Amino acid sequence: MAVPERKAQEALEARLAGLVLPEGGCLDKPRKEALARLTEMGLPQRRDEYWRFTRPDTLIQPEPLPARVFDNDEVPVFSSIDRLKIVFVDGVFDPEASDDLELEGVRIDRIADICDKDIHWAKDLYGVLEERGQHPVARPLAALNTAFARDGLAIHVTRTPSKPISLVYVHASETSDAILHHIIRVEPEAELTLLENGPAAARFNKCIEVDIADGGKLHHVRAQGRDHERRAVTHMFSRLGARSVYKSFTLTVNGVMTRNEQIVEFTGDDALAHVAGACLGDGDFHHDDTVFVTHDALNCESRQVFKKVLKNGAVGVFQGKILVNQKAQKTDGYQISQSLLLDGDSQFLAKPELEIYADDVACSHGSTSGAIDEESLFYLRSRGVPEKDATNLLTLAFLAEAVDEIEDPKLAEDLLERLEAWLARRS
Amino acid sequence: MLEIKNLHVQLEEEDKQILKGVDLTVEPGTVHAIMGPNGSGKSTLSYVLAGRDGYEVTEGTATLDGESLLDMEPEERAAAGLFLAFQYPVEIPGVGNMTFLRTAVNAQRKARGEEELSAADFLKLVRERAKALKIDADMLKRPVNVGFSGGEKKRNEILQMAMLEPKMCILDETDSGLDVDAMKLVSDGVNALRDAGRGFLVITHYQRLLDHIKPDVVHIMAKGRIIKTGGPELALEVETNGYADILNEVA
Ligand SMILES: Nc1ncnc2c1ncn2[C@@H]1O[C@H](COP(=O)(O)OP(=O)(O)OP(=O)(O)O)[C@@H](O)[C@H]1O
Ligand SMILES: [Mg+2]
Repeated sequence: MAVPERKAQEALEARLAGLVLPEGGCLDKPRKEALARLTEMGLPQRRDEYWRFTRPDTLIQPEPLPARVFDNDEVPVFSSIDRLKIVFVDGVFDPEASDDLELEGVRIDRIADICDKDIHWAKDLYGVLEERGQHPVARPLAALNTAFARDGLAIHVTRTPSKPISLVYVHASETSDAILHHIIRVEPEAELTLLENGPAAARFNKCIEVDIADGGKLHHVRAQGRDHERRAVTHMFSRLGARSVYKSFTLTVNGVMTRNEQIVEFTGDDALAHVAGACLGDGDFHHDDTVFVTHDALNCESRQVFKKVLKNGAVGVFQGKILVNQKAQKTDGYQISQSLLLDGDSQFLAKPELEIYADDVACSHGSTSGAIDEESLFYLRSRGVPEKDATNLLTLAFLAEAVDEIEDPKLAEDLLERLEAWLARRS
Repeated sequence: MLEIKNLHVQLEEEDKQILKGVDLTVEPGTVHAIMGPNGSGKSTLSYVLAGRDGYEVTEGTATLDGESLLDMEPEERAAAGLFLAFQYPVEIPGVGNMTFLRTAVNAQRKARGEEELSAADFLKLVRERAKALKIDADMLKRPVNVGFSGGEKKRNEILQMAMLEPKMCILDETDSGLDVDAMKLVSDGVNALRDAGRGFLVITHYQRLLDHIKPDVVHIMAKGRIIKTGGPELALEVETNGYADILNEVA
């Protein structure tokens, strides 16, 4: 790794000055190693190639910018789903607001308790996938997370539970700076649905490491919203064993600065990973989806579907890469990123990349940026649908193609309803 | 009901005159047919009436029940009772046909200050009307016109018309691409809507459609103008002799 430049070092020193490394316990070692990695990398800077489209400033500065707490009486998403609810307020587990951490087939602990309880799998996972994900591209904010996160869950799925685990984030303080780190291990043939929603803090740095054993499945559905002044960086590192399935979908609305990174690694044959996202940005909104998929096994399928609707100067970014190593024959890799620009002020910046070292693969990628289709709009209007409603209908149809990636129709419908309501409110 | 006077239209993008003084009046309860060579301006007339972008009216008027259509947004024209069955119906991926129909029906009702149809009433109505046009449940579920055959698209246009019950219906070559049976279905659909308060303007190239939908008046359009108007026999004349005689006669 290159010796970090002075600015990156200075930024790091300033940031570290306000942080305290949790001491002792069995996570002491991975934390110190993460800090060493971070020190070597420095914090991301504007001129870093990987941050070319997204300014890291507000994500790395020592103190977060204050963010108002969202308030309205709308029922949060997933409320009607039968689930095990676990609440974090400003990045701290709230046992009062949470259900008991009991779910058949699953063991759930706080990462703070891992050492006392001697949970081996967790020790072998914490920081491990994050560290693997640092090559070939550095992800300093993930290393920072591994080093300094004090809270988060260790979720061990040995058998398929009867309901999803739903992580609910609550933003209570206008200056909270939350760092959360979850680790999830899905054992062979087990299946988990993980839901996430709610504004987490004024600034949020979240990292999830997901290790899926042979034949295991993880469905992840996340809704980011209800916090207009959100500044968040999230990383999901997933490692897929043979025949395993990983499906992740994120809906993002509002938020001034959001960067969601997905780092997927296929280590076993015949596995499948779908990562998708739909986002809606109006005004002061910057949303970055950065995806890196590494195929290192035979006959795996990866699919990236990202859709962004942007207006009033909103900015959307997509950086997606499919890396197919030499031994990853029969890889099926697909990537599409599309934006719908509702006016001339908004911007979509896309950097799709394919890097292929195997000869027997089928990989394709595409990226488009366009306005509402005039023919369709006129057709709808000629049937009496007012322009505004017709635009919303077409916008929703555009996003629905990404929402369709969610396997559970009930969850998909829940999110589509949100989108529809949001569009109706905003137009 | 529909009154078009001296309508001159050119393209917005280029200085090209397409309609050069169209005069046409459709009274309630009547069916008018327009025939005419390719490129004579028939579709342009229907688009201008429906309010499509890209055309500039340089002269003339078009009113529906006395109200100027040309000043209205497309959706207002629809709410006022104008309907155009497109020559080339548009495919809209991601929008279900049913959602589309319900949105359209309720939008028009709302615009007219009527109550929206309940989900149950709407469903009942759409099933009944779709059945008459042999449009199956699958076609109702699929995205609007996506993957529909040419004939299916045309039947879908008539379904929309049947659901919206417009006052003034313009059909632009709804017969093209239809097989014999579909032609009958579509014509029956149109005839079912015929009543004393409703007017039709049927654009077609073929007498066959007019065998089913008997017109009261037939117009011949050429080079952006109505050059001849007559009874149903005019269509038969075109069918046997083509346009040459009529064009010569007028020239
Ligand atoms: N947007 C446009 N750009 C350029 N030319 C146009 C445009 N719209 C119409 N025209 C031209 O105007 C003329 C009339 O076209 P229109 O589609 O109205 O004819 P039509 O009578 O419906 O023909 P058809 O019987 O083939 O459907 C044609 O010469 C056509 O090429
Ligand atoms: Mg035409």
